Order: sequence, then C-alpha cells, then structure tokens
Amino acid sequence: MSNPSADTQRDSAASPHISPFVNAPVNKVLKPSQKIDLYRLMMRIRRFEERSLRAYQAGKIGGFLHLYIGQEAVAVGCCSMMGKDDHVITAYRDHGHAIAVGMDTKALMAELYGKATGCSKGKGGSMHYFAPHLNFWGGHGIVGGQIPLGTGLAFAVKYLERKGAAMAFMGDGAVNQGAVHEAFNLAALWNLPVVFVIENNRYSMGTSQERSSAGHTLAERAAGYSMAWDVCNGHDVYEVREKADKFLTLAREQNKPSVLEIDTYRYRGHSVADPDKTYRSKTEIEEYQRTKDPLNLFRSCLEAEGVLTTEIIEKIDAEARAEADLATEFAEASPYPTVEDITKDIYWEEDNPSHKTSQGTIIFE
Amino acid sequence: MPVITYREALNQALAEELERDPRVFLMGEEVGQFNGAYKVSEGLLAKFGPKRIIDTPISEAGFIGLGVGASMLGLRPVIELMFWSFYSVAFDQILNNAANVRYMSGGQINCPIVIRGPANGGTNVGATHSHTPENVCANHPGVKVVVPATAYDAKGLLKAAIRDNDPVMFMENTILYNDKMEVPSEEYLIPLGKADVKREGKDLTIIAHGRSVIQSLKAAEVLQEKHNISVEVVDLRSIRPLDEAAILASVRKTHRALLVEENKPFCGVDAQIAYLIQDKAFDDLDAPVKRVSAIDAPQIYSSPLEKEQLPTPQRILDAALGVCR
Repeated sequence: MSNPSADTQRDSAASPHISPFVNAPVNKVLKPSQKIDLYRLMMRIRRFEERSLRAYQAGKIGGFLHLYIGQEAVAVGCCSMMGKDDHVITAYRDHGHAIAVGMDTKALMAELYGKATGCSKGKGGSMHYFAPHLNFWGGHGIVGGQIPLGTGLAFAVKYLERKGAAMAFMGDGAVNQGAVHEAFNLAALWNLPVVFVIENNRYSMGTSQERSSAGHTLAERAAGYSMAWDVCNGHDVYEVREKADKFLTLAREQNKPSVLEIDTYRYRGHSVADPDKTYRSKTEIEEYQRTKDPLNLFRSCLEAEGVLTTEIIEKIDAEARAEADLATEFAEASPYPTVEDITKDIYWEEDNPSHKTSQGTIIFE
Repeated sequence: MPVITYREALNQALAEELERDPRVFLMGEEVGQFNGAYKVSEGLLAKFGPKRIIDTPISEAGFIGLGVGASMLGLRPVIELMFWSFYSVAFDQILNNAANVRYMSGGQINCPIVIRGPANGGTNVGATHSHTPENVCANHPGVKVVVPATAYDAKGLLKAAIRDNDPVMFMENTILYNDKMEVPSEEYLIPLGKADVKREGKDLTIIAHGRSVIQSLKAAEVLQEKHNISVEVVDLRSIRPLDEAAILASVRKTHRALLVEENKPFCGVDAQIAYLIQDKAFDDLDAPVKRVSAIDAPQIYSSPLEKEQLPTPQRILDAALGVCR
C-alpha cells in the first residue's frame, strides 16, 4: 500500500480472469478499442485519485477527500451505458463519476485546490462537481439528499417526453435516509424512468452494513415499492454494464424505476481523514485487492481476450499518470477566486443583469 | 374592475402561468382531485389535467426535492406546501439543494422553482402549524422570499415568481385568503424586491410584511383619527430581495420607524431592517426604532391568547404612540 501503484501491478503467475459477462450482448458488441477505452477510463480515475491523495497529504488541498479507489468499475460501467437523454447524479464520492462522464481532470483537480479554474470555480470542492452539459448533476454532500433530485431529473425526462433515464447513485449508508425512501415511493408510484444505484462498499463511514442496515440485501427494500431490483458484482465492469443496461432499458422503454445494488469496496478510508483502522482489518482490504481489484480483473480479462498487450497496458498507465500530473500542475498554476467572486453565482438573475426583472438589494453587507 | 379574493387572485395567477408556459406544473398534497386544501388550486385539475396538476403523497422532502431536480432540467415547478410549517421536513431539499446548487456548480445550474403556501399563525392550530419562516429562508443566499399582503399583490407577485429563474419561497396567509379587493383581469406583474407604500403619512413610518401590513393599516387609521398622527405604511412585499431604498426614503421623510411582523423577535426579518435603518439613516431619526413582533414563545393554541400573541392593531398602536412620544 505504500507504493500507490502496487495495487494494480500485474501478477503474471495468476490465472487469467474471464468475466462471465464477456459475451453479454452489451459487451460483445464492443470493439477492441472501446474495451481499451473502458480500461483506460478506470485507470485514469485511479491515477487521478492517487494523485489527489498525494496533493492532500502534501497539504496542497484541504477539506474532505472521499476517494473512489477500488470502485472504478461501478461508475465506468454504469456511465458507459448512458445515451444522450440519460442523466447522472451522485453523492460526495463523485470523482469517478465525473471522469466517467467525460469531465476534464484539470478542472477537477483545480476544484480540489479551490482554484478559479475548477469545474465549479472553486465554490464546490471535492464533493460538489457538476457538469450539466454532460448530463452530470453533481456531486452532493448530504447523504441521500441527491436522490429526490435524481428522481426529479427522471420526472423531467418523462415530462418532456424524451426517451431517457436518470441514474441516481448513493452509498450503502444512504438507504437508511428518509429522503431516499420518499423518492423510491414517488418513482414507483409515478412510473419514473430512474435507476437507483446503491454502491455498496460495505461501510457507511465506519459503520458496517451489518451494524447499520436491517434486512439481507439493501436492494430488496425495492420490493416494498414493487420495484425491480438486482444485486451486481462491482469488481466486474462487464457485469456492471450488463445490469445497468437492463435497468436503463426498463426505465427508457417502460418508465419503470429500479434499484441496482452494486457490491464494491473502497481501499481508502471514508475520507482521507479517516484513520481506517477502527472498523476493518488490513487483511480484509488486502484480500479484496488481491482477488477482486476491478482494474486487475478487467486487465486480465482483456489480455485473455487478446485485446490488451503489455505494451498498451504500460502506455495507458504512463498516460494516466502523466494526465494526473498535468492536472496537478494546472491546478497549482491556477489563480484562486477573488473576494469579489464570493458573491457571484448565487442568483441567476444577478449573473444575467440584462434579463433582470426584480429590484432591491439581494446581497447584503 | 372585478373584486376577487386573495385566494382567487392566486388561482388566476396559477391558471395564467400554466396557460402561458407548458413547463409550469403545480404539485402538492391535495392540489388536484381535492381542489386544494385551501382551494387555491380549485378547478385547475379540470382545466389542465393530471400531467400539470399533480397530487402527491404526504412526502414533502420527496416531492420538493423532485421539483428541484426537475427545475434543474428546465421545468418550472410550483410546489404547494399545505402549510409552510411543513418545510422543516424538506429543509435539506430547500435550503441545501435549491439554495446552494447554483453556487456549488459555479453558476452552471439554476432552479426556477416556486414553493408556495400559507405561512401564518392565528388560526388556532398550535405551534407545529403556525411557523413563519421568511426569516429562516431569507437567511440563505440563493433563495428569494416573497410575502404578499393583498390579493392584487398576490397575483402580480406569484406570476413574477413563476417566471423568475431563481428559487422563490412564496408565503401566503390563510387568514387573508378571503380578503377581497379590486384586481385587474388583464395581465400584470409585480417585480420582486419592490415595496409598496400602502398608506402615505408624514409623522411615522410603519414597515411591515404579510398580514402585519393589514393590522398596521388598521392601527394607522386609529392613530390618525384619535391621535392626529399621520402614519405611512410601507409593505415590503419581498423580503429577499429587499427594497432598502423604499424603507430609507420613508424613514427620511417621517424620521420615526416602527417595524411590525408576525415573526418571532429574535433574528426576525425586522432585526435586519432595524440594522439597515440605523446604518443608513441614523441621522434622520428623531426616535429609536421600535418593533412589534409575535410574543416570543412557540405559538400558543388557546385562541384568544394566540390573537394577542400576534401583532394586533392595539399593540401596534401602543408601540406607535411610544415611538411618537
């Protein structure tokens, strides 16, 4: 673990991993280049996260930093199934989704640094990435609070008679929040095209699923609302794609909501301020990394498929590291917002003075 | 000019905006089939159908959050709270999500949502149903807060609020729903952030919002008739944005100010107004600024005492005499 790249180093002695979903229609249609793109995306997320961790440890960035390392196949698999009228919203562990939908890592890193060139101009931070032009609606800091919003995105898609769906991501801790259940009920009651994705990394901060959530699986709570549900292995990007596609299609074609619980694991603490020693063992982490690392497994599968070669693997890794370094250099060289910037981007009307219809004072001294 | 109630004025505003813009929809508890818990939405389901007039379960966090999400994608939801008091179960959706999402996204997103319903005490329903959260909401940059006192204002302000591209918290009053006045049948808008001088005077300025305007006007009449004090009543209409110029102009004219609101006194809207006046018009004052607010306790149930807890014409009159002494 001291070497950040150790978790993805190849173990040539290991037998190749072939995903049982390699021949699922959504995977079978992929060209080799598209499969490599998926792998590259996962690697870019991991290297970005490792680089941001180093920046945090160097005291360059502050606040909370909830790393996505270990969960890469979830965001990449789900977001790779998006069509033009599909939308994504997630919670505060949002870097993976942001990269998966195509956000520029320079702007993402600059946001962590609180710089004016950040994707939210330094006003949102790690937990609040947004890219509406990529149908990515955040990045939300309150556990479960984004789920009604995601349901609203689905409502709007249906209202506007577009053939699309919303994917509303949450962690396993969010399923015990009231807002989530209110959203489940509304989505099922009104047949809204939404896929509720539970990224179950086993721990809501330091509290394990066993200590926080009644019942067996989390997704089966959907049955109380007569919603379709399924459980999925989050270490297999092919399986994630297959299951996400099944529920996205259900949403787009039949306006049916669903709950997809994706089992995954985070290698780092809840945030990097989390000592990560009080609630799980080092052995548990190492065991997951050894047997279920999503990058290792996908790489092994692609090698067995004859898609990836050592040369390509090394090139992708080198490029991902270089990209993360470049993002860091960009962030460090960028200016901070000004004091005047603090009071901008609060009201649409103030930011668009030529369309202003109201009067009076709206920002107070 | 037709004489209609405050309730009918709101109904007309909703109908006109639903007619004008297909992105506008009304959602809330009992707004459709039941015709509205307070009949504000009467007839709208029949006219606009269930796609636009949507009955919800009792689930404020769910449907307000849903409205916020829908507004991010360009719809223009009008969400009815049966009582504004119920905003507390949706606090995160309103004051974390609607208020902050534009800022946190660096200005990439806006939320053209209106959340409306009655926010008042005085109806003998106890503390849980009698909140007046205009101060709480206005404390959050990112939202706008509107509190109409008359039917005319209610219609023009609601139409403006629905067309506004920022989240607007629109606070009505069940006690005013039956108040009647002349309201034009032709279209008009009242800009947010524009106060209205409801009565002109020269000796004392009363600044109020919501039903306190009506109570202040009653007090002003007695002050004129029995005490020969000429009172100017400034109706704020909007809390945020706030018409500071109108407040200061009136205070500079009368040199005395009394602030009246149904909010509780501590950190109420009028605490901000009092600060404004001392900051910008200190040298114009001939007397200290005084306030009349709700008596500082959770809303009492007992009907005669609740009437006393809220600003009454008599309490306003007594305070006015104190300022003019």
